[in-house]
Amino acid sequence: MHHVIIGAGPAGVVAAEHLRKLDANCRISLIGDEPEPPYSRMALPYLLIDKIDEAGTYLRKSDGHYDRIGVEVRNDLVVSVSTSDRQLMLGGGGKVDYDKLLIATGARPTKPPIAGTDLAGVHSCWTLADARQIAEHTKPGAKVILMGAGFIGCIILEALASRGVELTVIEMEDRMVPRMMNHSSAGLIKSWCERKGVSVLTSMRVAAIQQDTGAHPLSVQLEGGASHPADLVICATGVAPNTELLQGTGITIDQGVLVNEHLQTSDANVFAAGDVAQGKDFSTGEYSVQAIQPTAVEHGRVAATNMASGHDMVHAGCINMNVLDTMGLVSASFGAWEGVANGESAELNDPGNYRYLNLQFEDDVLVGANSLGLTQHVGVLRGLIQSRFHLGHWKDKLLNNPTQIMEAYMAAAQGIGKA
Amino acid sequence: MLKSLHISPDKCTGCLQCELACSYENEGVFNPAKSRIKVFTFHQEGRFVPYTCTQCDEAWCMQACPVDAIVVNTATGSKDVLADVCVGCKVCTIACPFGTVNYSQDTGKVIKCDLCGGNPQCVEACPTAAITYVDADATGLDRMRAWAGKTDNAATARA
Ligand SMILES: Cc1cc2nc3c(=O)[nH]c(=O)nc-3n(C[C@H](O)[C@H](O)[C@H](O)COP(=O)(O)OP(=O)(O)OC[C@H]3O[C@@H](n4cnc5c(N)ncnc54)[C@H](O)[C@@H]3O)c2cc1C
Repeated sequence: MHHVIIGAGPAGVVAAEHLRKLDANCRISLIGDEPEPPYSRMALPYLLIDKIDEAGTYLRKSDGHYDRIGVEVRNDLVVSVSTSDRQLMLGGGGKVDYDKLLIATGARPTKPPIAGTDLAGVHSCWTLADARQIAEHTKPGAKVILMGAGFIGCIILEALASRGVELTVIEMEDRMVPRMMNHSSAGLIKSWCERKGVSVLTSMRVAAIQQDTGAHPLSVQLEGGASHPADLVICATGVAPNTELLQGTGITIDQGVLVNEHLQTSDANVFAAGDVAQGKDFSTGEYSVQAIQPTAVEHGRVAATNMASGHDMVHAGCINMNVLDTMGLVSASFGAWEGVANGESAELNDPGNYRYLNLQFEDDVLVGANSLGLTQHVGVLRGLIQSRFHLGHWKDKLLNNPTQIMEAYMAAAQGIGKA
Repeated sequence: MLKSLHISPDKCTGCLQCELACSYENEGVFNPAKSRIKVFTFHQEGRFVPYTCTQCDEAWCMQACPVDAIVVNTATGSKDVLADVCVGCKVCTIACPFGTVNYSQDTGKVIKCDLCGGNPQCVEACPTAAITYVDADATGLDRMRAWAGKTDNAATARA
């Protein structure tokens, strides 16, 4: 049995390791097109602040890890797939036959449809190669414009700010992290960043980026007429799944590669996992691209289980969740944080201390949450959502005081004080 | 035979000696806020419940870590954070459904129970044997996990 995995990011690596655990004898190939050993994009911000070196971003730290577990790692680009011949065509000219195939090709950054995004000095922050470029062009005092204050934009914001640049963030929606935090908490993140010296423009669009002959090589034109000089522009305006290699296979592609509850695509021998996959969302039951690390890892594990012969695992769906540190202010979101129809919510809003907690209930079950300024026991929010515990009278206690999440969890799990 | 923490909430008096011992052993200060074990108080029911990591098999924290900074200690079975590898991304703190991995803003790293390398100080400090360190035979461990509460496995396995 030859298992072939395309993409050596977290989804691909976890899948390879899990396949080996389940089957000591199968052949496993992991093909990735980036030149470095498998690494974690998530670690890039910590490379930019010099907390780690490049090796610190590697997904696995021990020497010879892949050899030891018998995974053949191959550096090449997969150009196309023939599902009828069960064969891959490589950029280097070779071909690889497979029995079971995993698409774990991730996503790539997209650029907004404005003039000037291809100028030198306009970068994404997605790969190790990007991070090297950004490190080189962000000397203290440099003027940097960050386009996009979504989750990825905000993750890099902290790294950029701590490199001592003069930072301006431009977001077209009415708040920062609009797909992660509600208005109240996102407003606090904005005011916190501004207090730390970052200029944040929301409800603002970039109209064009132009070359400039003045002291700074670039000029960023905003809608409405203003313009900002810049040494570097970082584009964090969105990503698109890497699905081109499946063209002509007939495999169903919607927002991403559509997979069922077994992480299987419309071709029974082909699975998909991670940022490229449109999988089940635990909260909504719908299929969406979550594009987060925990989902990539969970997908990798479930896909591998279903690829291995003799195993079958039904996936209940991933909880969408994020944790973000914007210059020392920690925020997190879980599940249906926007609430559900006919649901109820509890809120603690303490803007003076930059503390915020919002819980969303459906009947007496926690279904989503936003938190800000909390670093202790936040994971239990996931526990409560995932276990779908009925909180009974603890829901009323939480409506009164949402910070009692641990007590509510323990009461539900251990039956303490059951009415 | 691996050993595990066994907690009997009915014996806990809420004296917080465990929290003090834990913070002193691991952070060098007597400060319950820095303890990896936490005693929760249920005023109405008059109960105290010590709570910490169960070193669960799923190891959600370890699986979610993007840089291999959480490893299994083969001597004790605990899941340990390698502080020099941890980048402080906090993904483990939202992945752990028990809420027992926490971020420390002082160090920029996460902290969790590591069974003090096999000599848990909370156990030493507990005056009423509410926390014991016992053979992780099926009953002990199962009871411990049942106690921590079910976390509906994100996926249901059928072998
Ligand atoms: C700066 C940054 C910070 C982030 N921070 C967080 C965070 O804090 N929390 C969080 O949850 N998520 C975060 N993410 C997102 C997270 O990194 C992704 O969700 C995760 O990397 C997805 O893993 P993956 O394996 O699906 O894809 P990837 O990590 O993208 O890996 C896919 C690999 O496949 C390769 N590939 C693609 N096409 C081909 C082909 N045709 N042939 C061969 N190889 C191919 C790619 O080059 C890549 O190496 C961050 C991302 C970035 C960029």
